[in-house]
Amino acid sequence: MSGEVTAEILTSHILDLASSGKRLDGRTADEYRPISVEPGFVVTADGSALAHIGDTAVLSGIKLEPGKPFPDTPNAGVLTTNAELVPLSSPMFEPGPPQPGAIEVSRVVDRAIRAAETIDLTRLCVTPGEKSWVCYTDIHVLDHGGNLIDAALLAAVTALLHATVPAKRFGIAEADYALEVGHVPIECTFVRLGDTIVVDPTVDEERAGQGRLTVATDEAGRVVAMQKGLVGAFSPDDVKDVVRRAFRHGERMRAIARGTGR
Amino acid sequence: MGSVGAKDVPVLLTPDGRRIDGRKLDELRPIRIRAGVSHQADGSAFVEWGANKVMAAVYGPREVHPRHLQQNNKAVIQCKYNMAAFSVDERKRPGLDRRSQEISKVIGEAFDSVIFTEEFPRTSIDVYIEVLQANAGTRCAGLVAASVALADAGIPMVDLLPAVAVGKVAGAIALDLKKEEDNFGEADLPMALVPQSGRLVLLQMEGHMTEEELGQALDLGVRGCRDIYEVMKAALRERYAVGAPGGAA
Repeated sequence: MSGEVTAEILTSHILDLASSGKRLDGRTADEYRPISVEPGFVVTADGSALAHIGDTAVLSGIKLEPGKPFPDTPNAGVLTTNAELVPLSSPMFEPGPPQPGAIEVSRVVDRAIRAAETIDLTRLCVTPGEKSWVCYTDIHVLDHGGNLIDAALLAAVTALLHATVPAKRFGIAEADYALEVGHVPIECTFVRLGDTIVVDPTVDEERAGQGRLTVATDEAGRVVAMQKGLVGAFSPDDVKDVVRRAFRHGERMRAIARGTGR
Repeated sequence: MGSVGAKDVPVLLTPDGRRIDGRKLDELRPIRIRAGVSHQADGSAFVEWGANKVMAAVYGPREVHPRHLQQNNKAVIQCKYNMAAFSVDERKRPGLDRRSQEISKVIGEAFDSVIFTEEFPRTSIDVYIEVLQANAGTRCAGLVAASVALADAGIPMVDLLPAVAVGKVAGAIALDLKKEEDNFGEADLPMALVPQSGRLVLLQMEGHMTEEELGQALDLGVRGCRDIYEVMKAALRERYAVGAPGGAA
């Protein structure tokens, strides 16, 4: 259990350990906590997945509903991503409208899915200008043990990979069909602890961190989104190093999302 | 669900008294409870009850936010019941709605009736309920999850609070309605029982029942609560069993 604050003494201990390449939980700087996904966790959703990265648990559910295309993109469906950092998941979160932290998670996840062209929006169009599918990706954090962004996108892409378009239910086609999924983006998040940059930070490491950097990659070898967060700075060489590491972790996590690796 | 209309009323009760899922009128859906599922909360529980999936977490006693709600002679119980957008057939818009606020209020008041709040003046005990998959009876499932979570958090209470809804389907009083029965049923009566005193601390009703039916429904609900009580106690025993992770050494 982590509290609402991290003691100064723990922060300096985390930084001391990092200076000799060690971490509080015994991992190396380039090691993730155990990762698992459970697709189909929620049957009321059109696609869903519960993702675990260590103590962090994030549930994502997909809902597809007929709606109207935006006037400026009459031939495209609509994609929306929403993350709820519900107060159940952490002593730091409070009830009420989404806070900047939740909005950042939503937007960083949304950017990766859009930029990787995970969903071909033109395939979600039913009647140009009139009717198209609206694909809602809702992200519900259940246990905040750090590194929400990676777990949120992993849950979201796994849910999309297992989603069904409920075309029969809405009278749009004779039968439901699997949602077409293109490239699968994976986000990897790092924090700087002194001169060391560690992957997959815990809550205490995030609080001790001197800057956070998230890199999204896809299987086409493209970097599709990045986000630098928290107080701190990275050199261009740091960024290059992080990108290289993100590609390697991304490949493994993509196999986990597809159910072909662990 | 877009295509479900009144034309599709299913057969809710067979002539030999079996319900849509084969249960008898006084039979509960299967219930599974796990205590201590969160790494962050002071207490937590996960409840699978029929096709409901509900998680609850408890934080506190801790400082009261917002401050003006603080009471000098007791802890305040702040309960938030929330449904995930994908927990129901038609996506629920995230955020506050009137139904969730009402449910949060009556559940919070039920717990306020059994927690020894006077032991923790100027603090808040925050109870969060997240409905992840809904299939009728989510307030009772949420209340049961939250009650186990409160016990897991070590909050002193008079007793655990088992809860169940009784309804009326095809003219018969039935325990623990599932979605189809709830949608097409004639009445719904959720309740929470303090087993030790035999009194009810949550009671709502909607629909049509005669005085006689109501009496029958209350008796059936109390019996259902007593069965659920055993499942709740078993979940806590399992959590704190000798050798269990987090349990006794």
